[in-house]
Amino acid sequence: MKEIRVHGRGGMGNVTAAELLAQAAFADGKYAQAFPSFGAERQGAPVVAFVRIDDKPIRTRQQVYEPDFLIVQDAGLLYSSDIMEGLKPGGSVLVNTNRPGEELPIGKEFKIYTVPALQVAYEVIGRPIFNVVMVGAFACATGLVELEAVVAAIKERFPGELGEKEAEATRAACERLGECG
Amino acid sequence: MRVMLEGSRAVAEAVRLCRPNLVCAYPITPQTHIVEDLSQMVADGRLDAGYVLAESEFGAASIVLGGSAVGGRAYTATSSQGLLLMAEVIFNIAGLRLPVVMTCANRAVSAPINIWNDQQDAVSIRDSGWIQLFVEDNQEAVDTHIQAFKIAEELMIPVMVCMDGYVLTHTWEPVDLPEQDEVDRFLPLYSPAYRLDPDDPFTMGSMVGPDAYMETRYHVHMDMMEARAVIRRVCEEYSETFGRGGTGVIDTYDTKDADVVLVSMGSVLGTMRDAVDELRDEEGLKVGLIKVRCFRPFPTGAVHDAIKEAQTVGVIEKDISLGLEGTLCSEMRAAFCGEESPEISSFIMGLGGRDITKGDIKQVARDLASNPACRVEFRGLREDLMDGDER
Repeated sequence: MKEIRVHGRGGMGNVTAAELLAQAAFADGKYAQAFPSFGAERQGAPVVAFVRIDDKPIRTRQQVYEPDFLIVQDAGLLYSSDIMEGLKPGGSVLVNTNRPGEELPIGKEFKIYTVPALQVAYEVIGRPIFNVVMVGAFACATGLVELEAVVAAIKERFPGELGEKEAEATRAACERLGECG
Repeated sequence: MRVMLEGSRAVAEAVRLCRPNLVCAYPITPQTHIVEDLSQMVADGRLDAGYVLAESEFGAASIVLGGSAVGGRAYTATSSQGLLLMAEVIFNIAGLRLPVVMTCANRAVSAPINIWNDQQDAVSIRDSGWIQLFVEDNQEAVDTHIQAFKIAEELMIPVMVCMDGYVLTHTWEPVDLPEQDEVDRFLPLYSPAYRLDPDDPFTMGSMVGPDAYMETRYHVHMDMMEARAVIRRVCEEYSETFGRGGTGVIDTYDTKDADVVLVSMGSVLGTMRDAVDELRDEEGLKVGLIKVRCFRPFPTGAVHDAIKEAQTVGVIEKDISLGLEGTLCSEMRAAFCGEESPEISSFIMGLGGRDITKGDIKQVARDLASNPACRVEFRGLREDLMDGDER
């Protein structure tokens, strides 16, 4: 089983990002579970969502304390709270940032992926909808879910022109992916 | 059709498949998504039902009471304070023998106000005369709602489907939604033996004095006791049609040779199953578990038989009868009625949304294995908030 924790702030679409990942994994023929950490769902407050992906049915309901992957939608959280807590040794972090991974306060034992998701969202969608860019970047970086399954999940969730643009931004994320560690 | 859905949406789809005539609710978190979806279905023409947004939960319960009394298939959903505000009407619905189906998205009760999951709401209303079924995952939530209408209408007893708020209602996971024609065959249209009708008037809910009130309670009680067999049968029929959902009143897991048996209700059972597997495989502890699916009527005989050989039993529950112990624990003990019983302990956990981890569950089992004696304990309390008051 692979476990993912999505960190962001209220309004960034963390829960939607988690749900899209689970939907994509399901479309790939896997079992998946996505749920939010219910709490201070206020604009701007730190929030967390969780995803589990497995080849067999998932029974556990506890929150994710030792994730294999972190998705960090707001790089500022790396400085203000201990969002790295519990990440498995050798685990991966995907950060929404314009800076290179080497400059981030993340230990050398972890693999770091970066993507300028906000910038990509503005360039392709014209609006700061960067959660879909993060989900696309995650698919390309980890291979845990298929990029095309993510694109399909986005188009299903957001039919019409917006979904098309989001799908384009999701694909664009892969070309802007940086990695280190 | 196998789909990936949020638990609330899965329940809304299941309710739609049951073709209710009336959906009436007042939104309260974490139940809200269910009735939002149902109102959207009515607006979109996917569900041919009346949808009434009530002014309160008291109103919502009253309106489904009326809808059911005139012969409609009526559904509502609520949580926490909403259920408590419904309380007066809840008892009336049961006493009037109206087969309303309700989803209780289980949530803690105030004060202090807390919107997160535990099961105090439904457990507090256990004596109302409703059948209460607790589900473990979203597939079981779907299946149980379809079964609930059939059970309710056969017995003329209302059914409350209890699903953990957030933990199930807000979780996306795969569910298999039945086809409409399959549900139609399993659950025929509701045709009550009696209903309020201006063309054929009669009185429902008249006053009953000391000369006959007690007999009405006796009849409801006896029908509730017999409901266990009906629930089992309906679940078997469901399983024959749909290939799943056959769990009747309890489910057992690895109990046959178990020294330690853990018992619970609702979504924590999934985590508990993983914990049992690991304790057996990695620590050689003979642990089993019992899922109490039907809380009312209480499956006394089934739980008795499932735990009688155990050395010690730990009841993990997200409610407490303040001043005594966990309610489910008391009822497990009552199943022995004077007969020699295993030690049965109460573990109060997960109140107000505190996460219950696999590690927490394994520790309860280990502690019971080393000390089987009966006790009542809170687990997972924060020492920094105890002010040294540990008694």
